[in-house]
Amino acid sequence: MFAHLVLSLRSAGLPASITEYLTLLGAMKAGVAEYSVDDFYYLARTTLVKDERHLDKFDRVFAQCFKGLEPPEGVKVEDLPEEWLKKLAEKLLSPEEMAKIQSLGGFDAIMNRLKELLAEQKGRHQGGSKWIGTAGTSPFGAYGYNPEGVRIGQEESRHRRAVKVWDKRDYKDLDDTVELGTRGMKLALRRLRRFARQGAATELDLPDTIRSTANNAGSLDLKMVPERHNTVKVLLFLDVGGSMDDHIRQTEELFSAVRSEFKHLEYYYFHNFPYERVWKHNRRRHDETIPTWQVLRTYGPDYKLIIVGDASMSPYEISMPGGSVEHYNEEPGTVWLDRLSSHYRRSAWLNPTPRPIWGHTRSISMVNDLMAGRMYPLTVNGIDEMTRELSR
Amino acid sequence: MAGFKSTEAYIATRDLEVAVNAAVTLQRPLLVKGEPGTGKTVLAHEVAQSLGCPLIEWHIKSTTKAQQGLYEYDAVSRLRDGQLGDPRVHDIGNYIVRGKLWDAFEADEQTVVLIDEVDKADIEFPNDLLLELDRMQFFVYETRKTVAAKHRPVVIITSNNEKELPDAFLRRCFFHYIRFPDRPTMERIVHAHYPDIRKDLAKEALTVFFQVREVPGLKKKPATSELLDWLKLLMVEDLPIEALRSNEKQVVIPPLYGALLKNEQDVHLFERLAFLSRRGG
Repeated sequence: MFAHLVLSLRSAGLPASITEYLTLLGAMKAGVAEYSVDDFYYLARTTLVKDERHLDKFDRVFAQCFKGLEPPEGVKVEDLPEEWLKKLAEKLLSPEEMAKIQSLGGFDAIMNRLKELLAEQKGRHQGGSKWIGTAGTSPFGAYGYNPEGVRIGQEESRHRRAVKVWDKRDYKDLDDTVELGTRGMKLALRRLRRFARQGAATELDLPDTIRSTANNAGSLDLKMVPERHNTVKVLLFLDVGGSMDDHIRQTEELFSAVRSEFKHLEYYYFHNFPYERVWKHNRRRHDETIPTWQVLRTYGPDYKLIIVGDASMSPYEISMPGGSVEHYNEEPGTVWLDRLSSHYRRSAWLNPTPRPIWGHTRSISMVNDLMAGRMYPLTVNGIDEMTRELSR
Repeated sequence: MAGFKSTEAYIATRDLEVAVNAAVTLQRPLLVKGEPGTGKTVLAHEVAQSLGCPLIEWHIKSTTKAQQGLYEYDAVSRLRDGQLGDPRVHDIGNYIVRGKLWDAFEADEQTVVLIDEVDKADIEFPNDLLLELDRMQFFVYETRKTVAAKHRPVVIITSNNEKELPDAFLRRCFFHYIRFPDRPTMERIVHAHYPDIRKDLAKEALTVFFQVREVPGLKKKPATSELLDWLKLLMVEDLPIEALRSNEKQVVIPPLYGALLKNEQDVHLFERLAFLSRRGG
């Protein structure tokens, strides 16, 4: 009966299974939800969603299944195709208003301006008369008054009486693509820990010894197990200073999470891009630098290399000799990054800037190409992807 | 259907009621998550009270093993008794120590079992309880006996999200995330706990409380239980209402803030904010 809902949830990436579907049907049959739609929503939620990260996704799919109002998951405002916007605008505007649009330079002019604004604008916006946002008088955005307005991202008419529970989207903040605390990081980094018991049996297994001794009716029977140790070795390169200052707090959080997870962890700092020298203590970066060659010689290819940096710089800093902002580098940055990523079997780049805006900075796409696409955002999801890649 | 409802002492939102009733009706475990201090543990007490069954609490620590909830075989006592020549040693059943789940399964009436903070235990802990919670029975190897539940208990599991729980475990549970209460719900909660609190005091205190939660960068936001402690202190101290009042621009450090802010850094943050706003205003 509600197979449609379960299938939509699955295609939206929510792990709902047949067991849970049957449970839902069982609960319906037992009369838990009776005849109220809200109760059915709560029941479906408690049965099919098992993690608060998925609650927002569930709300969206539920709304779509039972109303067909919201756009499908994954379409961001930035990705809206032009035809769609055009259609939307045509639907919303009366002929007189369309005529008025000519005053702004015609429809194509508006569309071009909109594209510029979308590229320029970084955050959410409300009020004002230029940016795309809500409740303003700019031609673009939602809930606005400008007759030339193009409506973006407004889920329902303002005149509708009430908002349905699932349309409130109360769980938006719990979506795991944004939230990032030390705790969440630890969860993701745990994937990197591959506990392996190997080597000689050197540790006394006390519980097993007691058990075997008791089973032996009191004559002592010693049991040994191999020592447990973490086999993962990690080499961290951290970008400090310059454009990274905004992200330093996030990076430190990552750093403290990593530090407690590994036995073999080495870390080095660099500025903007790794060249021929890196340093170990940020305070003494000008006196005590270490040649990158030495790092490559000291730590073998079995180390996993994680570079943390926003990769936002002038493209020359990457591609040209002498491009560095701090010193004269004889070899271009690309050579050094190639050396690092070919020496280490597993390497990845973590970027604190959000993924959707990577395309707007040329140097980020350059670095991503150099890393063969192994650049991940500094979010719980991104770290999860990275650790999966690193531990393959 | 009778079911679980808000009581005078515990305010449950409608979605929580539906979740609890679903778990009780279908006799499956209910997994409850939420910010610390939003009443996850208290929920089990309230469910037990409203169903009129005894509550069996099993608090999980980092060293807890799943087996301890079922039973433990005390081999060391048996070894000692064997060496002392105690006749009890011939019956292995004398050295089986019952766990909380065994107690719940063998009880003559339905019980409510609270498995508190399941995420504290080892990562394999939930996996080890899969079959036991599904079938509500387990096998005792030492005595070759199967212990099956006479009445399937209502199982409530709480988690603070410190570890991810395995999918197979989640499939068998109902899930509810206790959201932080909004202001009207909070007013009902305050009223339920302190029916004789002065109206103006409650109003001002709630305003301050929600302001404190809004402060960006707090390490540990105060939650319901902190608010209730703080209100109690305010009532005992009988402070003048003006001490709580702050205008829009100025941030004041709430009196008796020790009940609200549990972290040294948070207190510093607050003092800095208050200093800045005094200087600015």
